This record gives sequence, structure tokens and C-alpha cells, in this order.
Amino acid sequence: MSVAPGLQPESWHLLSLLEQAPGLQALGDTLADLADEGHPVVVGTADLKYSNGLVRFQDRHPDKYLQFGISEQHMVSTAAGLATTGLRPYVATFASFMALLACEQIRTDVAYTRQPVRLIGHHAGITLGFYGTSHHATEDLAITRSIAGLTVIAPADTAALAAALRATVDHPGPVYFRIGRGRDPDVYPAGTTLEIGKAVEHGTGSDLTLIATGSMVHPALGAAAALSADGYSVGVLDMHTVKPLDEEAVLGAARRSRLLMTVEEHNVLGGLGGAVAELISEHGVPVRLHRHGIRDQYSLIGPPTHLYGHYRLDAPGVEAEAREALLA
Amino acid sequence: MTAQTPVAPADSELIEHIEERALFARLETVRLISIAKTGHYASGFSCAEILATLYYGVMRLRRGEPDWPDRDRFLFGKGHAAATLYPLLADWGFFDAAELDEYTRLGNAFGDHPDMTRIPGIDFSSGSLGHALSAGTGMAMGGRLQGRPYTTFVLLGDGELHEGQVWEAALGAAHHRLGRLVAIVDRNDHSLDGRIDGVTGIEPLLDKWRAFGWQAHEVDGHDVPALLALLRSLAEDTGRDRPAVVVANTVKGKGISYMESEFGWHLGWLAERDEANALAELRGTR
Repeated sequence: MSVAPGLQPESWHLLSLLEQAPGLQALGDTLADLADEGHPVVVGTADLKYSNGLVRFQDRHPDKYLQFGISEQHMVSTAAGLATTGLRPYVATFASFMALLACEQIRTDVAYTRQPVRLIGHHAGITLGFYGTSHHATEDLAITRSIAGLTVIAPADTAALAAALRATVDHPGPVYFRIGRGRDPDVYPAGTTLEIGKAVEHGTGSDLTLIATGSMVHPALGAAAALSADGYSVGVLDMHTVKPLDEEAVLGAARRSRLLMTVEEHNVLGGLGGAVAELISEHGVPVRLHRHGIRDQYSLIGPPTHLYGHYRLDAPGVEAEAREALLA
Repeated sequence: MTAQTPVAPADSELIEHIEERALFARLETVRLISIAKTGHYASGFSCAEILATLYYGVMRLRRGEPDWPDRDRFLFGKGHAAATLYPLLADWGFFDAAELDEYTRLGNAFGDHPDMTRIPGIDFSSGSLGHALSAGTGMAMGGRLQGRPYTTFVLLGDGELHEGQVWEAALGAAHHRLGRLVAIVDRNDHSLDGRIDGVTGIEPLLDKWRAFGWQAHEVDGHDVPALLALLRSLAEDTGRDRPAVVVANTVKGKGISYMESEFGWHLGWLAERDEANALAELRGTR
């Protein structure tokens, strides 16, 4: 005899996961909208449809939804084959398994063949907290950024994700979308638009420009507000497109600010900090750059919010890091 | 031009034509490797009849129209044997055969592995082993989703079956009931380091594919009448609801006596006099 437990309202299970993650609901919903509008969208995942919100696409377009099971490399190569037939495949899995496990399939089958495959790496960075190092993705920007022909986009929030999906729907080449766990606080209002390769400028500063990407835009804005209230002149660039980098925006910031600080939920090697360092050094702009992120180490396990505090990737942490850099 | 070939001559004529084209592919392989001064003789020779049978007796293609949407697809898992395929694509009018004279020269489209972005008629780039069956799975899915009637053929090396992704694809294609997908395994029993059974054994091969949900067949990969009958029957069986595999038993280096089953000829080059002798042996004039 089974006894139905009297669950407390706070209890939850996999099927209710999406209620906590509006950003991932937006992923499934936006792709379903694009299919409704006649775009040749097909969507696939590797046994994570509840974790990434694509179950919401499956509900609306079961005939355009493909389940691959736990076979990420196969999924990416299959997407390349699908794209050759005129379809536009969007395939998704944890960023660590997308960009690291299936890296060579992305390079050889998708990017080298120039197929319009959309690779969605979700739960990027350290958002999977205590699930451990295998599930953390602090190398994916460095990997995808070095693959020729691959566009790399990390939207800041739910609205920016929807905007990025729409902005790239007719993009001729492959795209890697780096997204979090769908719980990033809102930066932009619903219906916002986004131009690929064009950073969003949130004020300009002569003392400091924070150049942030993805989940770090919100804390960077918080840090900038606190520093501004303290008399510093601070601007923020939302560098949603990590590649191609908005060179004009970075060089402009480099010329008007005495300090640049990149902020990313990623190893400081090879990601946004690396991209900005390469650019300003090639142009010989005399500005100091401080790269803020995970400093070449494997992140600890723990609840994500605690990890953000530990690595100074929340607003107070970014502010503290910036104050030290400004005084250095 | 809309005429589809084969132009359906009597089967005996067609078989003779395919065998002649397989010889042509071998002769051209020797010529192209001579230009590059390195290349894969033995892997190309083992699959020459398979390629010729597909391109002249089985696949639905249109001369001079490499992008015809309803064409049958071909993916070359063992892409390192591309030098044996290129002459057949030129034959189909997909590009000028004279372009092959520049094989592997700086900036040329034609390298040791096929490149779909640069060579008309190459349906998918390959080179990294283990990917092609997945990409073929995608093409078969795309055909079904869009109601296109083509068949997707994927030629795999037997050494390639060591790659785990092949078996991910085998699971996936069977699960998705892709009846218009046909894999062909060129079982020449050798990979780069020697005999397959000494490197990492793969037998019993037909049982493995059947256990993965595939319809499995075995054939002599140099027997053109047998290949033609089997591959045609699979291509024409449009009601099949599971993918099919053909394990083709072949001889690595087939056609040149001292290369046959000598794995050292996986990669090599013949200097002038040896090349002349090899060509004579292939032509049966030596």
C-alpha cells in the first residue's frame, strides 16, 4: 500500500522546475513562437528537456522536437546534417557538455561546414553549484570563441535571450548561445531588442568602464550604481556578443576611462577578459585592464548564490573588486 | 538537365560499366596520389566497387546538379579515401575533371579529406572518424520532416567503428526508425596500426548492428552484381521502418597484389617505375 505524502508547498520536483526559471521558459516559448511564424526551426536536446525548458517547445510542436538521449556529440553532428537539408536546428544541453564534450563536433561538423546550427549551452559558468566541477562551464567562452566562423552570444536575462534568438533567426552561420539557469534578475524590459555584435552601453565613465557579459551584467550595473553614488564616474558595457566583439565600444571605453574591468562567470583566461586584452593591446590604447572572473582554478562546490559571493561575482563583490582595482 | 542515371541499360551492361568505373577510380587514385606524393591507396581500393555501384547503379542523382534537393545523399565516413571518390564526382559533371590535376596543391579544393564547402557533390565534409553516421542521421531526419523521398548512404570504415559516436548514432537512428538510412561498413579488416582484431576487436559485427535495432546484411564488397542487387533492394524498400546496414567484406589494397592485406599501404606513395607497374597490374596488362 502506498501512502500519498502530505507535501509542504515548498516541495518541488523536476516537472515544476521551470516555474523557478523564467529564462528557460522563454527559451522554449520563443523557439515555439519562431516555429509558429514559419521559420524552419527544429529543436533537440540530450535528455534535459525539463532542465532547459524545451519541453515547452515539445508541447507546442511535437513534430519538430527531437530527443537525442544522453549523446551530445551525436546530437551536434546530427544537427549539422539536419541543417544541410534546409532546416534550422536549435540543440541544447548543459554548457559543459555542449562546449567541452562536443567541442570537436562543433568545430568540424558545424562551424567548418558553415551550417546554421544554433548551439545552446545552458547552466553555464558556476550555476550548477554543488553538482560539481564536471557540470561547471568556465571554459566554454574560450573554446567557442576560438572556433572560426562561430558567433558567440551571452544574453543578460530573459528578455535579452528572447531578443538574441530573434536577432539571429536568419543568421547564415552557426551560433553558440551561452545562457544561465534561467533565474537571472531582469535587466531589460520584455520585448527589448538586441543587435548582434553591438554592445549595450549603460552610461559612460571616465574612471571606470565595467565590461560584463551574460549573468554578470546585472551585478555590474549594481556595482556601478554604488560606485557612482560614491562619486566615481562609471559606465557599463553589456557585451552580449563575445564574438564578434564590439571593437568600437571597447576602444571607446578604453579611450575615455582610466580603468577597464571585465566581469565574467568564466575563467579569466580566454574569455571576455582575454578578448578585450587582445583588442586593446593590438591597438596600443594606454589603459589598464583588470580581468575579473574565475582566476584559473576549478570552482568550489556550493549553492550558486554562495559561490557568487565567494568569487565576488555578485554586485557587492564586483563593487569590492572594482574599488581595489581603482585604488591599485 | 533532368535525366537521371543510371540510364537503365541491361543489368549485364550496367555491371560491366560499374566494374570499369571501379577500375577507373583505382587508376585515378594512383594518379592523384602521385601528384600529392602521399595518400591512401589501400582504403580507396577496398571500397572502389562500393563507390562505383552506388554512383552508377543505385543513387538517384542528376548530372551536373550536385544540389538537387531530392538527390540521394552520400556521406564518406572514411573520408581519407576521398581520392577514389573525386573522379566519380567529376564524371557526374559536378566539376571539371581537369581540376583534379591540381589535387592537394596550395589553396586547391581537393585534399585528402572531402570538403562540402568547396567541392560540388560532396554532401558532407568528413575526416574526423565517427561523425558521419550522426550527420547522415540528420539528413535522413531532415528528409523525412520535409517529405523528401531520398535515401541517405553512409560508408563507414571498420576501424571507424571503434569510435563511440558511431554507436550513439546506431542507437539514435534505430530509435527514430530511419528506414531511409543505409550504412555500409567497408570491412577490410585493417586500421592504421594493423589488423582490427589485434587493435580492438569488433566482431560479431552483424549481431551487434542487429542488437542495436538495425536490419543487417552481409555481402562481398568486390562482387558488383551482389552489391548492386542488395543496395538497390534496400534503396527501393521505402516501407522499411528501421535503418539498414550492409557489412561489405573487402580486401584492403584490392587490385595490387603486394598491397592486398598489407596494412603498411594504408598510407604511401609509389615512385615512377613502381607506379607504372601498379597501373599495369590494375589494367591487367602486366
